[in-house]
Amino acid sequence: MTTTYRICPRSGLQFDTNAEKLMRWHAVAGVLSLLVGGIMALGVILTRWPAVKLLEADVFYMVLTAHGIDMLIFWIIFFEMAVLLFASSTLLRCRMATPKLGWVSFWLMAIGAIMTNVAIFQGESSVMFTSYVPMQAKWHFYLGLILFAVGALLTCFIFLGTLVVAKAEKTYEGSIPLVTFGALTACIIAIFTIASGAVILIPTLLWSLGYIREIDSLMYRTVWWALGHSSQQINVSAHVAIWYAIAAIVFGAKPMSEKVSRSAYFLYILFLQLASAHHLLSDPGLGSEWKVVNTSYFMYFAVLASMIHGMTVPGAIEQAQRLKGYNKGLFEWLRKAPWGNPAFSSMFLSLIGFGFLGGISGVMMGAEQLNMLIHNTIYVPGHFHATVVIGTTLAFMGLTYFLVPVLFKRELLFPGYAKMFPYLFGLSMYMVALVMMGAGTLGVARRHWDMAFAGSPMAYEWPGAAYLMMGLTGIFGTIACVSGGLWILQIVFSLLFGKKLEEGEMRSTPIPLTLPAPTPGGAAHPPATPGTMVLALIFLTSFILYYFVNWKYLSSLWSMA
Amino acid sequence: MADQQEERIPVMQQVLDNPFLLLFLGITIPTVLYVLWGVMEIANIPVAR
Repeated sequence: MTTTYRICPRSGLQFDTNAEKLMRWHAVAGVLSLLVGGIMALGVILTRWPAVKLLEADVFYMVLTAHGIDMLIFWIIFFEMAVLLFASSTLLRCRMATPKLGWVSFWLMAIGAIMTNVAIFQGESSVMFTSYVPMQAKWHFYLGLILFAVGALLTCFIFLGTLVVAKAEKTYEGSIPLVTFGALTACIIAIFTIASGAVILIPTLLWSLGYIREIDSLMYRTVWWALGHSSQQINVSAHVAIWYAIAAIVFGAKPMSEKVSRSAYFLYILFLQLASAHHLLSDPGLGSEWKVVNTSYFMYFAVLASMIHGMTVPGAIEQAQRLKGYNKGLFEWLRKAPWGNPAFSSMFLSLIGFGFLGGISGVMMGAEQLNMLIHNTIYVPGHFHATVVIGTTLAFMGLTYFLVPVLFKRELLFPGYAKMFPYLFGLSMYMVALVMMGAGTLGVARRHWDMAFAGSPMAYEWPGAAYLMMGLTGIFGTIACVSGGLWILQIVFSLLFGKKLEEGEMRSTPIPLTLPAPTPGGAAHPPATPGTMVLALIFLTSFILYYFVNWKYLSSLWSMA
Repeated sequence: MADQQEERIPVMQQVLDNPFLLLFLGITIPTVLYVLWGVMEIANIPVAR
């Protein structure tokens, strides 16, 4: 395949046209998965809303399975593969390694995603996202996931190969850019994730075909969570890289300290995957040492890394804004930020929601004793909707507004909706996460078709607040689904009917590397960031208070106060 | 001599600039601490009779 390069006139970015095409296909496949997952989300929400209870139990579990797999695996990993291609060939300004293999991997992922969806909608694979044994799905449910994983694994190796190409052809000087380093972190976690998936899904496929008699359920859960949770840690690394990228694109912001940000990513590489153990904190058979080391001692290094990123991204924005003259008081830099630019507002809502809602609740859940308060309640989906939907999906959606003109070369239609979307979708998801966590704190079970267990010996009379919060989940969840659906329509309409934009210069060779001229007398001292420091202190105070309140709640619940 | 000192790259930066070393660490640590340790604990649970 011949390599040509396009210089985007709107961003100045240089695209290898092979990689560019693959990025577009991955992004479109991701959005199609999001569409299926989003329609299914509406079914889930309207069934768990006690006053509506839309679906029958068997349909509900099928819909819940499709929602989980399409959102947590297909949408995010398709989009992340596009991010890996962008962060390697585009940001390193080099040719993509093995573009033909790139297409093989894309089609493996696409066929896998279709196969698993077919298995789910045939109705005999309603095993939910976790697919815990001894529940058994049809063989093509597992085979689809395996094909998808193999495809994604190949793209990870193409990413690493492209890094080698860039180094060999000297298209960059020194270390790789920070955003590429973030993508490398995501790639490493993806390889661990996919390898763990293979270790458990291949025997499960053989079990569903009858070649293996049984699979130990605890063994399955333990290894499966190395896939199930770590796949969400790929997201964390990828969306943090996108935060840095959007800060650079919108503000021209430079990281406060490359060393500190890279060290934080290094902590992710070493420790982030260990959080998988917090799904097993209530399981007998695994010792406290294993649980505590994985979810507390070492996991806290990864939490530290997230707090560093959560401080350095707004810090970099504050520095850039102060250099532009927004110096009044603590927060003029933030007040004068471009809140009407959906790439920025999505990123900032993603950052705040991920930290305050997803981060704090995740640490609380990771403590073995506190986990007993909320284990297997709807608090858990509340937590991961804050991390995966507010943190990852909102950041990806915001980046897409940048990609429509730059990657797809189309003018965005309905710009008024684009300004409104991050608030409509983001804030309704804030509410969804909060009320789910509230209902979970009262004990409402996750996944269950009927929270009241009506007619069963385990029927339980919930306080009115639990029903109220499940009702609010329905209301805000519906708003989020509708606004997300309108976002998909906006993007699809823009790609199909938006005005075609200028392609830009086409070249057969990449633009040679030019280094910036050294600043006379050295770089200016960057401004201080007191506003970010205040935000960080508010975060830490909230963190400590929430942690303490849960210990207090645990003690009063068990009458030990 | 002065040039040699200027060109010396700190060890930590060498680690962070080596994607394959990072890949090795990122696979090995969770495999040992989470997967192998967890699987060994489960494998050592006595079978009920």
